[in-house]
Amino acid sequence: MESGYWLIATVAIPLIAGGVMVLIPDERKDVVRWVSAAVGAVLFAISTYVFFMYEVGGDQYQFFIRWAWLEDVGFLGENGISLAFGIDGIAAPMVLLTGVVAFGGALISWKIEHHNKDFFALFWVLVSGVYGTFTALDLFFFFFWYEVAVLPMYLLIAVWGSSSVFPTFARTKEYSAMKLTIMLVSASILIFIGIFAVFHEAGAGTFDLQTLYAYQFDPRFQKIVFPLFVIGCGVLAGLWPFHTWSPDGHVSAPTAVSMLHAGVLMKLGAFGIIRLGIQLLPEGATFWMPGLMILATANVVYGAFAATAQRDFKYMIGYSSVSHMGLVLMGLATMNVIGVNGAVLQMFSHGVMTAMFFAMVGSVYDQAHTRDMTLFSGLVHRMPLFVFFFGIAGLASLGLPGLSGFIAEFHVFGGAFRTYPWAGALGIFAAAMTAVYILRMMSMSFFGQFNEQWSGLQEMTLLERGTAALLLGFMLFMGLWPAPFIDRIQESVRNLPGVS
Amino acid sequence: MTEGLNFDYTVFIPEFLLLGLAAAIVALDLAYPAIRKQWLAYIAGCGLLATAGVSLAWIDVETNFADLVVVDNYLTYFRVFFMVIAAVVAFASADLVAQRLKHPGEYYGLIIVSTVGAIGMAGARELMTAYLSLELLSFSLYILVSYAKFDRRSNEAGMKYILLGAFSSAMFLYGMSLIYGITGTTYYSGIAAALGERATDFEWALLMGLVLMIAGIGFKIAAVPFHMWTPDAYEGAPVAVTAYLATTSKAAGFAFVLPLFSNAFQVVHDDWSWMLAGMAAATMILGNVVALQQRNIKRLMAYSSIGQVGYLLMGVAALSHASASALVLHLTGYMVSNLALFVVIIAWVHMNDSEEIADFRGMRERAPLLAGVLAGALFSLAGLPLFAGFVTKFILFQAATDDGYLWLAAIGVTTSVISLYYYLQVMREAFVSAPAEGAGPLPVPLLMRGLAVAMMLGVFYVGLYPQQLFDAIDNATRFLFV
Repeated sequence: MESGYWLIATVAIPLIAGGVMVLIPDERKDVVRWVSAAVGAVLFAISTYVFFMYEVGGDQYQFFIRWAWLEDVGFLGENGISLAFGIDGIAAPMVLLTGVVAFGGALISWKIEHHNKDFFALFWVLVSGVYGTFTALDLFFFFFWYEVAVLPMYLLIAVWGSSSVFPTFARTKEYSAMKLTIMLVSASILIFIGIFAVFHEAGAGTFDLQTLYAYQFDPRFQKIVFPLFVIGCGVLAGLWPFHTWSPDGHVSAPTAVSMLHAGVLMKLGAFGIIRLGIQLLPEGATFWMPGLMILATANVVYGAFAATAQRDFKYMIGYSSVSHMGLVLMGLATMNVIGVNGAVLQMFSHGVMTAMFFAMVGSVYDQAHTRDMTLFSGLVHRMPLFVFFFGIAGLASLGLPGLSGFIAEFHVFGGAFRTYPWAGALGIFAAAMTAVYILRMMSMSFFGQFNEQWSGLQEMTLLERGTAALLLGFMLFMGLWPAPFIDRIQESVRNLPGVS
Repeated sequence: MTEGLNFDYTVFIPEFLLLGLAAAIVALDLAYPAIRKQWLAYIAGCGLLATAGVSLAWIDVETNFADLVVVDNYLTYFRVFFMVIAAVVAFASADLVAQRLKHPGEYYGLIIVSTVGAIGMAGARELMTAYLSLELLSFSLYILVSYAKFDRRSNEAGMKYILLGAFSSAMFLYGMSLIYGITGTTYYSGIAAALGERATDFEWALLMGLVLMIAGIGFKIAAVPFHMWTPDAYEGAPVAVTAYLATTSKAAGFAFVLPLFSNAFQVVHDDWSWMLAGMAAATMILGNVVALQQRNIKRLMAYSSIGQVGYLLMGVAALSHASASALVLHLTGYMVSNLALFVVIIAWVHMNDSEEIADFRGMRERAPLLAGVLAGALFSLAGLPLFAGFVTKFILFQAATDDGYLWLAAIGVTTSVISLYYYLQVMREAFVSAPAEGAGPLPVPLLMRGLAVAMMLGVFYVGLYPQQLFDAIDNATRFLFV
């Protein structure tokens, strides 16, 4: 039995780091960078440890720990609200993902000059919230951390982000930041209401998730409340038609924030659908999943088409994220073991892949100050490594065997064909569209005649190479040896109520 | 009739101390006009804190004064609560009052006297006593609002406030007299007993009495539709008085309402809960929506505080022991956050001489510590986690849900999101907009920095480890439901 202190460390270390950043004097930018890199490395190490020490065939929730936080007061009974942490096989890869992307993000942000201590303070609070949501086993704290992860976004985007100017209109960073914040927080209204209703209905005086899982909610109640959780969490997962914050927000955000947000935060939404939706209200899930399937399919197809129409690197990736998150939702909506497995695999795969995409775009944008792919040409002659890494991420995204995307998408489609063949067919069609937009971008910007206008571009910095190599390593890891992931995920997915 | 009543004046020792303190400060200012005026603030603040310490001696003591005033943990909690608020406001006004206002002695004296009124409202268990305390608080505030004698806005605000305040007092009195007509007593316990023994379930006189009393209280706490004076009074008053209006005057209303409804009118809960629920809904929606339009920080805070009153009213409408505890918890968290924010606003407005939100720009560059506290306080008011607002709102809304008001909780969370929008607008000026040309770093006085940090620590305390505080509150409100 492993100690729950490891999980507490993943939440506490970044939170404390965020506080420490505030105390470092403004002009000691290097101290901020080194401390952040160290925190990132430690978190990465802990996350890897936690992932590998998770014992397949062991308890349902491992690394479990509980501290009473607020109990026996007001309407709260024993264990009313407790700092309960623990992970199952679904959360384990998510913890690993957070470690990888947070470490990468900390390294990529080395270049930030403007008030970098503020940036890292908010960044680490964000990371803390993400870890907390993945590991919380208390309904109150699940939502607490979920909101913590949303809280710093406004400032992160509005202060350190970039605005986009299009021929006919402009998207300022303040606009995108506000849109993202308001849409995500509005969505959490639904989760809020759902939580109030669940607590009141159960009447047990506790927010402990394991206690609530054991409670049999009335089927009618489940059918009413389930949509609240699915739409509330779905907005963060980029659920169509509530995805519109995502491309704008990710485009405007600074590189590390895009990495973390698209790579990890959107997974919180999908994770919430599992933890709050499927686990808490299984009958509601069975009832509503066909509806989710329709929306998810729209996600996949719409995102792919929209990505094909973009000429801004980041918008293309943003819409491709919408499409790929659609695959996650599609996997969840199948409610069968293969499909849900695939959804969780896709959460990990998309996380590292998107982080890689955004890191690469950041590398070129910081020098060229444009992301218009039609302006570039033949970049491979100038930045071969950049093209290599970007290309690998692209290939993973279109599902090339040997990379993580293939494993994940294969499972999702396998699951979808079992229950909803039409959705599986449309999904595969959209996956083919992925090839269209990825290859289109590569032929447009990376290959062909080199445009001399960009002869001043430098190859990626060492830190960027390191980050890219780290992310690439995990793409290959899952692509070539998926067993550690599948073993962990499958076992817990089988335990999900209502999943057959 | 005085047989068996307890006339033990020692229960009022904290109040006597406060009155003595007020008199001493006025006398000091009069006798030594050359004294540095900041010292008056320090003496007032320290005296208030010391008296708060003295009043801790009544923890777990249960006694009363002639059944008019009850001393129990509930009163002790609010004694400390109001004295600490007054102390913070006194410290925060030190520079502002010394440099911008005349007669500082009376200023602090009035703050202290009004605190006695607020405490009386929490302790009273008899309508006339409660009314007198209410008026003691209100009259002090009328003067304080118009304290900037040569500022037209301040005069206008004072005039509006006193006219509407007098009007609302009249309504409240009329309501009281109707209740007295039905029950034949002004004691809360007597009212409850008389209402419980009535033959009929419904009486127009009772309903009228409740409507008038609720309207009167609605004016005092600025609940919709009785909120119209708030933005003008907030805007016209000197900014430190605005802070005081937004804290003590609001909190006193709720400290008064809780025992009134739980002790006197709980038996006829169905007759009034719908009124308060409707008012809560309207207050949350109107306050938060109109706040979107504001360009002046004081008016913004006025509407934001109206919105907050809506959340608090939810707890009164539901009124059970659990929701009363939740209400006081939220009230406490809200006051701490509000004070943190007002410390920043007082410091900033005093140094920049502008109340426009647009002039908050560049605060991150010019006064980083204030900007940090501003961000924390705004997040807390919007109800985001790590800060007090999240957990207190969550518990309040959950308590309302448990008492059958899920729809109010739904309106509450929705309007909280609206509030996030306008709070973020302030943060945007402070963090995203560049400072005006040539505006350098501001020398924030050490006292203000210390206060801001102290209040922020309070916000974190409530937000991250509320067990002890909530236990204390739960214990205090238990006395209302014996």
